[in-house]
Amino acid sequence: MAEASRAFDPAPAGAPLLAVRGLEGWYGESHVLHGIDIDVRKGEVVTLLGRNGAGKTTTLRAIIGILSKRTGSITYEGVETIRMASRGIARLGLGYVPEERGIFSSLTVHENLMLPPRVKPGGMSVAEIHALFPNLKERAGSQGTKLSGGEQQMLAIGRILRTGAKLILLDEPTEGLAPVIVQQIGRTILKLKSEGYTIVLVEQNFRFAQTLADRHYVVEQGRVVDMIENSQLDANIDKLHAYLGV
Amino acid sequence: MTTIFGVPTQALFGQLLLGLINGSFYAILSLGLAIIFGLLNIINFAHGALYMMGAFVAWMLLTYLGLGYWWALGLAPLVVGLFGILLERFLIARLYKLDHLYGLLLTFGLALIIQGLFRNQYGVSGLPYAIPSELSGGQRLPFMFLPNYRAWVVVASLTVCLATWLVIEKTKLGAYLRAATENPTLVQAFGVNVPLFLTLTYGFGVALAGFAGVLAAPIYSVNPNMGADIIIVVFAVVVIGGMGSILGSVITGFALGLVEGLTKVFYPEASATVIFVIMVLVLLVKPAGLFGRTA
Repeated sequence: MAEASRAFDPAPAGAPLLAVRGLEGWYGESHVLHGIDIDVRKGEVVTLLGRNGAGKTTTLRAIIGILSKRTGSITYEGVETIRMASRGIARLGLGYVPEERGIFSSLTVHENLMLPPRVKPGGMSVAEIHALFPNLKERAGSQGTKLSGGEQQMLAIGRILRTGAKLILLDEPTEGLAPVIVQQIGRTILKLKSEGYTIVLVEQNFRFAQTLADRHYVVEQGRVVDMIENSQLDANIDKLHAYLGV
Repeated sequence: MTTIFGVPTQALFGQLLLGLINGSFYAILSLGLAIIFGLLNIINFAHGALYMMGAFVAWMLLTYLGLGYWWALGLAPLVVGLFGILLERFLIARLYKLDHLYGLLLTFGLALIIQGLFRNQYGVSGLPYAIPSELSGGQRLPFMFLPNYRAWVVVASLTVCLATWLVIEKTKLGAYLRAATENPTLVQAFGVNVPLFLTLTYGFGVALAGFAGVLAAPIYSVNPNMGADIIIVVFAVVVIGGMGSILGSVITGFALGLVEGLTKVFYPEASATVIFVIMVLVLLVKPAGLFGRTA
């Protein structure tokens, strides 16, 4: 991959909070990431767009360290994490909300909420999280997986807000949810952004992403092939349709 | 003489008590196995050998250091637990990425080695270990004679099982254990040191076996084969209760001890096989075990 072949500048001005360079990744013998370059500045909401199987989820898994076989460079606040175990990466202040939500069935809603340890000071209190997601308070004693899909998503986001993580990796938070819940999650993301959280969002629905994000990275076959400023999204709509095959 | 179904009550209650005693050991041992299997996915065949080690540590503390039963009850589980921590860190931890079968083979081999070493050193005839003086004697109940030590074994086993269950179900530590049993990758991605958890859990599980060994020392003679004799039955108990089910292993342990005792009264010929017959029936009807969750 010659540098000159890039049609975009992967590193916009301003020191990035999270910088991903030449990231490659493997599931066993299968080579799935072939060179991901992403920059996320403090306070930004950045999305990863792309078709199913393009490598968006795998990129998030590599950033949090769950994808153990990875090369290249990932720095958070200047700390290189490419060789760190996921528990060490989380301790730097990264919070992960997985696509499958990862609610524990043998734990109550409250236990799920309290499970992730505090990694940095300044996390939300339980009362603040309950104010954000009142359903979680009403159902605190229920088994985690007895919640509806939307409530499980709120729990998956809420429990990360408690930890003090300032960079949140959100993998398809709206997948399979009713429009009214999608709106609530959208409002939550905007509120978090206004409070200074930095968010990397994997999303299939770019119309939804457009209402939240500052910039969009397009992932195709394990590579970042384009970066589109949110303000330029409508102007690039045909290009985007071609990328996403919609 | 009073009889029930043509059986003297004296004999009936006597066998029920024996069943309850055996059940106490089944419960503690299968509880440890269930916790270890749930979190580590290791079928710990060394469990019987570590139970035997608990009894031997109690005997050694008394013989070489003059430390009696109550010291042993605290120290032997600690020694066995630390030994387990070393086993996990240096051997078992290398197998997590492989099939269950490798863990089973490794721990089976460890059991043979540990038993062999003790047999080599102490022979197979068994060493005596006296009942502590505080618990000698017994109570004459209207229907039977209840030796104090046997009553103590049942109470101690129930207490330890209940306390373990409470810690797992009701505390923050237990919540980590339950969550890591379900999805260790995600718990690790929250910043929790899961490998340390695995090590401590294995250490705790085998410490339970060591504790059972101390309880057993005054009842059965301290013998290098005592673990091998009981562990096959305990595995049947775990299969019946459901692999990895905490409460299931405790309830099944006590229940099957009682069933075994009753069989001794009504049809003694079957008493050695009744648990295995039940295992076959349970596997036919509910392959995940009575309390198991189907995958």
